[in-house]
Amino acid sequence: MATFFLELFSEEIPARMQAGAAAALAKIVTTQLASLNPAGIRLFYGPRRIAIAATLNDHTTADALELRGPRSNAPEAAIEGFLRKTQAARAELVEENGFFVLRRNIQAQPARLLIEKTLPVALAALPWPKSMRWGGSGNFAWVRPLRRIILLLNGEIVPIIVGPVTSSNLTEGHRFHASELIEVSGVDDWLDQLREAHVLADQSERRAAILAGLQHALAARALVLVDDPGLLDEVTGLVEWPAVLIGAIDAAFMDLPPEVRELSMKVNQRYFALRDASGAPAPFFAFVSNIEADDGGAAIIAGNERVLRARLSDAKHFWTLDRKSSLESRLPALDQIVFHAKIGSQGERAKRIAALAESIALSLGAKPAQAAFAARAGLLCKADLTTGMVGEFPELQGIIGGYYADDATIGAAIRTHYQPKGPSDEVPRGFVPCSVALADKCDSLFTLFAAGEQPTGSGDPFALRRAALGIIRIIIENRLRLSLTDLCGGHDDVRHFILERLRVKLRSDGDRFDILEAVLGASADSDLVRLMNRVAAVTAFLATDDGRNLLAAFKRAANILRLEEAKDKQIYQGSAFDASLLHEPAERALDTALNAAAAALKTAWDAEDYAAAMHNLAQLRAPIDRFFDAITVNAAEPDIRRNRLALLARFRQAVALIADFSKIESQGSES
Amino acid sequence: MNTQNPPGLSFQDMILTLHHFWAQQGCAILQPYDMEMGAGTFHPATTLRALGPKPWAAAYVQPSRRPSDGRYGENPNRLQHYYQYQVIIKPSPANAQELLLESYRLIGLDPLRHDFRFVEDDWESPTLGAWGLGWEVWCDGMEVGQFTYFQQVGGIAVELPSFEMTYGLERLAMYVQNVERVYDLRFNNAGTLYGDIFLRAEQEYSAHNFEYANTTMLMRHFTDAEAECASLVAANLALPAYDQCIKASHLFNLLDARGVISVTERASYIGKVRNLAKACAEIWVAGERV
Repeated sequence: MATFFLELFSEEIPARMQAGAAAALAKIVTTQLASLNPAGIRLFYGPRRIAIAATLNDHTTADALELRGPRSNAPEAAIEGFLRKTQAARAELVEENGFFVLRRNIQAQPARLLIEKTLPVALAALPWPKSMRWGGSGNFAWVRPLRRIILLLNGEIVPIIVGPVTSSNLTEGHRFHASELIEVSGVDDWLDQLREAHVLADQSERRAAILAGLQHALAARALVLVDDPGLLDEVTGLVEWPAVLIGAIDAAFMDLPPEVRELSMKVNQRYFALRDASGAPAPFFAFVSNIEADDGGAAIIAGNERVLRARLSDAKHFWTLDRKSSLESRLPALDQIVFHAKIGSQGERAKRIAALAESIALSLGAKPAQAAFAARAGLLCKADLTTGMVGEFPELQGIIGGYYADDATIGAAIRTHYQPKGPSDEVPRGFVPCSVALADKCDSLFTLFAAGEQPTGSGDPFALRRAALGIIRIIIENRLRLSLTDLCGGHDDVRHFILERLRVKLRSDGDRFDILEAVLGASADSDLVRLMNRVAAVTAFLATDDGRNLLAAFKRAANILRLEEAKDKQIYQGSAFDASLLHEPAERALDTALNAAAAALKTAWDAEDYAAAMHNLAQLRAPIDRFFDAITVNAAEPDIRRNRLALLARFRQAVALIADFSKIESQGSES
Repeated sequence: MNTQNPPGLSFQDMILTLHHFWAQQGCAILQPYDMEMGAGTFHPATTLRALGPKPWAAAYVQPSRRPSDGRYGENPNRLQHYYQYQVIIKPSPANAQELLLESYRLIGLDPLRHDFRFVEDDWESPTLGAWGLGWEVWCDGMEVGQFTYFQQVGGIAVELPSFEMTYGLERLAMYVQNVERVYDLRFNNAGTLYGDIFLRAEQEYSAHNFEYANTTMLMRHFTDAEAECASLVAANLALPAYDQCIKASHLFNLLDARGVISVTERASYIGKVRNLAKACAEIWVAGERV
């Protein structure tokens, strides 16, 4: 068993790329050195270094390779291609049973040799989202200049050259706290010596240290952290030796909307927002520096407070100035803002959204007064685009409009009309907010589709997929009874696009998307709530024994019918059925069960009681199983055969009311 | 709250310190280019010299004009005219980051007391057809400079990637001197303040940029500069041609500040300037090979 350690030391790597690079490094090691059976992999990543440790076998194992090549009579080009691919000589090929065969004994290879042979090329090809050349790097590109490589096998340097760098056993500690080069013998030595040199190389240790530092600093002041795991991860990628510090926010800025303060703090400065014990925003912020300053951080705190002060002064200036004009008075200015060259101005867009929001509200059953609120909120929802605050903080569009609105209902609707902005974002609630949010998204989809801006494989610059998904989530999560067909008016392309997003969503939620296909196959339904209820009922049903067996029986019935219908050139569905021709108890039982179930199914179906519908469907399981056990469909007497096929067709029809089960992939034992 | 080493270097001492330091690193200390431009990067000592096979090192102060950043002297840190300190070393030296940090130390910012960071920032200039990778340099959460490894200029991939550093001098000086308003900066050690020199200019130029600049004339001059650039390119005179590109770029910035350029026109103006920059860059590179 050999120990393997590799560190790639470079100038500062963007935080968002570090974890991906470490994963890519792991993949390189596990694929290139697969024959050494890498195990116990440990990955490390941070601002200046990506590293991996593993144990390897000392040697690859000797092996006999046997490859079948082209047929002996294959064209010359095919044979040459095979030789090229396997780097074999013609003489090595043996003819056997009409094929060329290549046999080779593969020698055991020392780990060191394989590493030297494979890693230089593989490491040079490590994928970065964006890479660059620098002085002396020639054509070699890396995310930022690569300065050092440590490559050790059992503590010994394995010499390789990657770009302008030759491997060694040397690394550097903290940029400011350590000046000596560090000689490393292995991963644990590396971690220990770096810790001495003010570097916490292990990201999880660094993250935990930041969290502990935050908790310690906050406990002393009875403050609480606003949880933000994403920010914590990012900060972990920005420092090697974290020191948590607390700064104060001037009281003058505490009347700003918390979103404004927190956005400035988080996006621009990577500060953590804090709450006091009562949950109210606290006039402090927490941040993480990369040094242990000799003045205890006083200068760093003063500097950071100063930066925040300048940013919040700007915000405060706009907050005061903006509120001198109402949203209403800003409407004419919207006519000057282009939404899209082929579509027109934001002003025209606002008017369309207003009309759409009103009609959506009415179709949701809102009273005319409520619908008027929706229209008004729709008209005003883009007005904050003309404010100084949104000019400075574009991410806050909508939220700022919500603050500037002079009516609470309208403000709430404006505030949430861009929601949901992502899979984890909340959907708007209530008639008026839902109507405006749906209208905004529908208008984007209708107009941008018409302008030829449909998303393509390579891009979706107007975030239309997100808009469609937003529509789906708003409808389903609010259980809005709304016909998608009515909502989309004549925009069939948009309706199809939304349904396609629904399929994608179900698939990515881990739901059975074949069940959606089956439910849609039974009957088109543009009421998404009902559609999802049906999907949920069928999904639950198929998870039961009855469901699985009925599915198998349905497929068997459908197969028999398909074959016989093809043979007879006739469809048995709805064909003449004669109960008097039923002789066997099993077929009479099925007939009785179908008669009972069909009526009950219809009742349950019309009442949208899908659980009851499934229950009724389940009643068919025993009779259909008995039917298949006891009855030969293709009876010798043609009229009895036809009658039995007609009976099966009735079964197929009853089941198909719920879903087109032929679209459902069989799972589990019966497959 | 003053935790700096009081009183902090004056504005001009900061420049002199940087000049001295970068001169020691082998840079030619140049004087500002005698044309209006939006950033020190536009100086031919950076744009053109970043191209071609010859090593190069220079440092200079470049007065930079951003007409739409004018605030009539009323904003504590926004100016339509300010100074950038620009360093270019080609090819980039292996110790560029260390050199830079040493220069901050000399200005009075000790990296064991102040939190210096290199924060991801991909630099791009659509008008120059240029991009590079590097960082914003942060000191205690404030951006005090822009560090770029040039990859492409004038649409041409560079042969020897340069290290380019831009210091925003006013912002840096405000931090070093612990001053909240740019006009309160001590310019020298004899009582002259930044505002004594520049406040009136900010007021008057803001009025010019936003209210009085003659847009018909500016548009005509833009067209003239474009045509002149093309004919100088045809005559294979890279430097005079590039002057016209700089001119066109500034005229565009003025027109933009006057609010007479629509969103769609904007892209077309930028494209025109980029084409000029490309044409100049191409004949410059060809000349460097002779």
